[in-house]
Amino acid sequence: MTAEAFDISLYAKPAGDGLLDMELAVDGIACGACIGKIEGAMKRLPGVTEARVNYTNRRLHVAWSEGVFKPSQILTALEGIGYSGHPFVPLRAEQEEAAEARRLTRCLAVAGFAAMNVMLMSVSVWSGNVTDITPETRDFFHWASALIALPAAAYAGRPFFESAWRGIRTRNLNMNVPISLGVILALGMSVVETANHAEHAYYDSALMLLFFLLCGRTLDHEMRRKTRAVAGNIAALKGETAHRFDGDELVRVPVAAVRAGDRLLVKAGERVPSDGMVQSGNSEVDESVITGETARRKVTAGATVYAGSMNMIGSLTLLVTAGGTATLVDEIEKLLEKAAGAKSQAMRLADRAARVYAPVVHLTAALTCAGWLIAGASVHDAIVTAIAVLIITCPCALALAIPAVQVVASGALFRARLILNSGDAIERLAEADTVVFDKTGTLTLPEPRVVNAAEVEPALLETAARVALSSHHPLAVALSREASQRRPFDAAIEEPGAGVRCLIGTSEARLGGATFCGIVDPPKQEPGLSYIYFSHEGRSAAFAISQRLRSDAVDVVQSLKALGFDIHILSGDRNDAVAPVARALGVTAWGAELKPADKITLIEDLKAQGRRVLMVGDGLNDAPALASAYVSLSPIDAADVTQAQADAVFLGEKLAPVLDAIVISRRARRLMKENLWLAVIYNAIAVPVAIAGLVTPLIAALAMSGSSLLVTLNALRAYRGRVIPKSGNRFSDKITRNEVSQS
Amino acid sequence: MNVLVYMVPIALGLGLTGLFGFLWALRSGQYSDVDGAALRVLSDDDIEK
Repeated sequence: MTAEAFDISLYAKPAGDGLLDMELAVDGIACGACIGKIEGAMKRLPGVTEARVNYTNRRLHVAWSEGVFKPSQILTALEGIGYSGHPFVPLRAEQEEAAEARRLTRCLAVAGFAAMNVMLMSVSVWSGNVTDITPETRDFFHWASALIALPAAAYAGRPFFESAWRGIRTRNLNMNVPISLGVILALGMSVVETANHAEHAYYDSALMLLFFLLCGRTLDHEMRRKTRAVAGNIAALKGETAHRFDGDELVRVPVAAVRAGDRLLVKAGERVPSDGMVQSGNSEVDESVITGETARRKVTAGATVYAGSMNMIGSLTLLVTAGGTATLVDEIEKLLEKAAGAKSQAMRLADRAARVYAPVVHLTAALTCAGWLIAGASVHDAIVTAIAVLIITCPCALALAIPAVQVVASGALFRARLILNSGDAIERLAEADTVVFDKTGTLTLPEPRVVNAAEVEPALLETAARVALSSHHPLAVALSREASQRRPFDAAIEEPGAGVRCLIGTSEARLGGATFCGIVDPPKQEPGLSYIYFSHEGRSAAFAISQRLRSDAVDVVQSLKALGFDIHILSGDRNDAVAPVARALGVTAWGAELKPADKITLIEDLKAQGRRVLMVGDGLNDAPALASAYVSLSPIDAADVTQAQADAVFLGEKLAPVLDAIVISRRARRLMKENLWLAVIYNAIAVPVAIAGLVTPLIAALAMSGSSLLVTLNALRAYRGRVIPKSGNRFSDKITRNEVSQS
Repeated sequence: MNVLVYMVPIALGLGLTGLFGFLWALRSGQYSDVDGAALRVLSDDDIEK
């Protein structure tokens, strides 16, 4: 494969002045020394003008003069120093989020600056009011505060004002409406009071409120951006490539560069990179990623194959058909549209709280105003007191109550190897009461494994696995995963269609079919399993290869049942393949040979019974089901369309993240509710004080900061402690990019 | 209290300098790789041997 040119010029973008630049995700950056090593190696390439490693998100940016070398030489240079890289174009969503994060940080900086400076003057006024400040000095301080506060609030408050305005226009009251109203009224009243030489002004309250809220939002955004960057790298480092015929020559290109009408070569043991029609060649394809069916399908010239299926035995030449014309993908997309339209929009906790909170507070303020007027107060005093009620009940604590928990919980989920796709996934995960699993690739590992490894003598297994490293045959590849030393034997010779033989010491080892290995009387084969044989020094073994359950699948399913979940398995695979899995897991509710539409129907049935369904699936056939479920998870190896539907993606070989996701989310939801109650209690104490007209700006500032601090500290509990007792060292190992190469 | 008339603007001016400094640092990408910056400072490949 090394002789074949690798063309990645698609990813090189012109940067002006005859320069090209490229962004690469790099695997294997582990320490500070790597930065210098990589940048040094890049700069040794002729014509490179800039090479910069971003250590935080493990990316490399290279700029070079056009035409000096082929872009693929960058990859060669990286490989030369022991790193693997893959070019990628940052996703649109990632770029938009980066822009939004910068904007929030700017707002935060402005609000922080203004709040600190205004507070400086406010403290002077507060201490002056109880001693001997002259009205002139006080006015000076108040006007200076106004000068800072008004432009700062106009700038830093935009994220809230814009969202509130959208909310009002669509008649969808959100938390930003009371926030914006509170800020605007506090500032407006302060200006009026300042003009009237009054003792009190509330500039500091308004700015502190903005500052605290922006802290919450910025952190929330950063967390999401961090996980998004990891997800982007993982996607890029999968490094999906295709062998394309350019004339008669074979060129390796990234899958993104494949166009309809291209002719591709798909070798045995490779995934089909794109939908297409077979022009020549005979093979069998494993379409489990697409349909969940583990039995292989025979394909010959004229047959249609789908992107993502595994080509098992022979090479195929493929004519790429335009995306979307494939009937199966078409059907799935139609179902997806339908499912997305039918999806009941779960209302977020914060919005529900806002819907109750806003009218109550605004009504209280109005009643306060009316009450004071009836009691004989002046119009001015009555309005001032009413506004004080609005300020003191400022939704600071309430608006921080949920985002703060969200930030901490998504950090905890990230440690448990889950990457969130949607903002409200945590709340919905916490509400799920039924779990529907797909079988192939979800309960089982996505790649086939040796299932009878325990029955074979360990030394023989190790030798066989190392011999298997020399073969590209899918069964051999599965066997080679058992090798603890990933070092192939030197003298191994692969005989196409038969097997591998190699000399170990003085005796010959053979791996392949039964006859090739000289096994006259092979043991009885069980249905649903594929066999590969091995013989060495008179000893022989038969390895049964099949989809194997994830190592902790049984534990996780048991724990979920113990938590009171109803477990279902819905698979596209044959009955006799699903039954043993269901039996091993102790699941009685299972369905097999289901089409994507059937899965939706079954999920809709569960929904009709009032269940909140968590769907866990990976295949293309699961995508519509994921979209129609209340909340959904998928493993990182899932088909792209499917991953895009999932609310969160989990990494690694284990199923445990599914359980962790639920446990962490439930704890987070409990803390969110606790926080909301804390905010309510705070208001219950503060409001009577405000109604009585006793709120001075000092009290308002203290009460607000105090309550914000309280809910933030409470939110930190979402990160504390272990998720489940028998978690082992799962939490000590961070998500590394190395995982990508393993999975 | 006349001192306040110029002390307060000076204080504000200093604060604004800090704010613009931060915004400049943000725009020039100095916060895009905070983990890397912590490690780069340890490498001494910029010292001529």
